[in-house]
Amino acid sequence: MNWTDLLTELIRRTTSDLPSDVEAALRTAATAEAAQSQACVLLQSLVANTGLARQQATPLCQDTGTLTFFWQVPRGTDTQALERSARAAVRSATEKGWLRRNTIDTLAGTSVDTNVAEGWPACHFEQGESPREPLGGQITAHGDVRPPDLADELQGRDGGRVSSRAAGSPERGSVEVWLMQKGGGSENMSAQYSLPDEALDAGRDLEGVRKCLLQTVWRAQGFGCAPGVLGVCIGSDRAEGFMTAKRQLLRPLCDASPVPELAALERRVLDEANRLGIGPMGMGGKTTLLGAKIAARPRLPASYFVTVAYMCWVCRRRGVRVTEGVVEWLG
Amino acid sequence: MKELRYPFSEEAVRALRAGEVVQVTGRVFTGRDRLHKHLAGGGACPVSLRDGALYHCGPVVVPQGEGWRVVAAGPTTSAREEPYMAEIVARHGVRLIIGKGGMGAATKAACARYGCVYLQAVGGAAALIAQRIKRVEGVSFLDTFGATEALWQLEVEAFEAVVGIDTCGRDLFDEVRAASAEALRELLARG
Repeated sequence: MNWTDLLTELIRRTTSDLPSDVEAALRTAATAEAAQSQACVLLQSLVANTGLARQQATPLCQDTGTLTFFWQVPRGTDTQALERSARAAVRSATEKGWLRRNTIDTLAGTSVDTNVAEGWPACHFEQGESPREPLGGQITAHGDVRPPDLADELQGRDGGRVSSRAAGSPERGSVEVWLMQKGGGSENMSAQYSLPDEALDAGRDLEGVRKCLLQTVWRAQGFGCAPGVLGVCIGSDRAEGFMTAKRQLLRPLCDASPVPELAALERRVLDEANRLGIGPMGMGGKTTLLGAKIAARPRLPASYFVTVAYMCWVCRRRGVRVTEGVVEWLG
Repeated sequence: MKELRYPFSEEAVRALRAGEVVQVTGRVFTGRDRLHKHLAGGGACPVSLRDGALYHCGPVVVPQGEGWRVVAAGPTTSAREEPYMAEIVARHGVRLIIGKGGMGAATKAACARYGCVYLQAVGGAAALIAQRIKRVEGVSFLDTFGATEALWQLEVEAFEAVVGIDTCGRDLFDEVRAASAEALRELLARG
């Protein structure tokens, strides 16, 4: 197995096998709804769909989404080689029917049948930090295999072997990559506020943030395939705000922000959003939101952005870590 | 649970009420943004949609032998087709619109006037719905629109959906939106 094969397998897992925390949340939600209610029947369908897609290794959702790879690599890694492997993996997974022909040339209006174009799929590289911070939840590993030639591909541009004691890397020489597949229906429901927001009566404080988040959930109704998950960034600039918000969606549903006031806001928004009565698919019920994951970043004195990445119930995120050629599946 | 079989009669469709669960069997056409724009703009349709079902869906389809196999086929957001839908119902005699998230006032009016209902399929349940698709009967606009946006002619069996908008003007999505707006106002006022 090489990086292209490994990433193709990561796509297969991500597109067909819903993370266990999300599946557990759907099962719990189904029991919370009144038996035989529309909401209960819908949630049971989602659980059934999850089992079927896993068993068949077919896509959970036909919208196989925007593919974003979040990498954490040791110093000296040839990131261009990894990016080439990601592109080859997307091409291969598309041919296998694990990804829909899901890319449009925006100007020509024609289908890009390979699903590969400039900057597409997106790869974000960082050194020495897990892409999935903050780590408050349980990450489970599912078996491992030892690919023979993987370690050779982890060589830096100078041809030298990557040190297993890369300075500043908590994972010491391991490469970790998380893949997120985010569908267009949910992405269309993402939002960015600039506070103060007069119409919403939202000021520059956590109370104002709370109002933005509840309104985002309300606006999404059934359009973004509720029950959804919110990834949120408070502060930063507009561009980094969306990136940080999206990264929050990598966090397991069971974790909490390490910042006490943000953890409290996460709990409150989750509770209040589920009192809106929007329900699965916007057809009414108690289950409208599965989680709220909030991060705060510095901001300019003039700006106070609240950026929300709305994720559908098909919250597809899986990872893999390779240490000295040993493969560990994450998520 | 009511069974609906292609061709769908105006009488059967007018007897449906919002909230009822139905099972659709027979021919269903898929169509997304490009097809809707094309048809509403007066473009020719190579197949007859009369008394048929138009499913807002861009499936994942793989070649199989001489034909095709659908591996994933959940609904896409219907609201994007709102500018075109009423015109298509009027012009082509579509009886069932299948999608997710509901539609707007113009579609609702067209449903009442021409005898058409909006059915909500389960968003994201692409594997489950693909199981109900027995055969790909044909495809149009494959080269011009691409596989995802093409008009696929499918044979389905017991494809389950909920009546979201009926011919009497009842709209479940409007009702949830109004009730949740009230709940939102209360939560925001609480502080």
